Amino acid sequence: MSTSNKPASGGYQTDRPRFDRPLSPHLQVYRWQISMTMSILHRVSGVALSVGSIVLTWWLTAAAVGGDYYAWVAGILGHPVGLVVLFGWSVAFFYHLGNGIRHLLWDAGWGFELKSMHITGWSVVALTVVATALTWWCAWSRIGGAA
Amino acid sequence: MMQTPLKRVRGHGSAKSGTEHFWMQRLTAIALAPLGIWFVYSLLTLIGMEHAGVAEWMRHPVNGTLLALLAGTVFYHSKLGIQVVIEDYVHAEWLKFTSLILNNFIHVLLGVAAVISVLRVAFGG
Repeated sequence: MSTSNKPASGGYQTDRPRFDRPLSPHLQVYRWQISMTMSILHRVSGVALSVGSIVLTWWLTAAAVGGDYYAWVAGILGHPVGLVVLFGWSVAFFYHLGNGIRHLLWDAGWGFELKSMHITGWSVVALTVVATALTWWCAWSRIGGAA
Repeated sequence: MMQTPLKRVRGHGSAKSGTEHFWMQRLTAIALAPLGIWFVYSLLTLIGMEHAGVAEWMRHPVNGTLLALLAGTVFYHSKLGIQVVIEDYVHAEWLKFTSLILNNFIHVLLGVAAVISVLRVAFGG
């Protein structure tokens, strides 16, 4: 790589090489906004769901293998540790679903204004909380309160 | 240098792959929204069921079809998403290529295993 300090056309002069300058977007000096957290959480939840999809294949494979093996897998998923993983999966699912719809609306050219960006952002957060709570309330009532 | 819009028409942007990645990610996302909600609802109805009950549920043509579609779409969408993450964060060339190749293999493996499992239950045996 060239270490020349020759400024780009119209650029400002500096004594230091280009790569010593801070890189955008200067996260450490930005005032917090919901959009930055929502954006990184979309990626984080997506990666979490990808890892979680291994469980989907595991469960389906267990159903194909049958009987004892399925019971063993179902037992692990129903164990408190399994339930914590499933709970995390459900949070990631509802968040990624809600924010994914938000992304699709942006792709359609809708919701770019600051006001709608805030409204849709907080709506996704609310949807995640409500949908997760509703899902586990249903799950819990079916389990019958037994862990 | 002379430039024409021809490369854009042919979908040959700087990445030489056009808009296929972008489009397939959106297409699978649109499919996954209803499929995902259906899957979560279905799981709730399957809680506490023995293998026989779950297998019977899977044997129903509607459930088998939607499960196979879900599995295929999940792993396609997931492959595209993880690919972007690798391209964004892995910069060493050999590691990036190894990761991208493994990303493809693992997703195809998980997807095929999932669909085969659904078919195995659906067609009995």
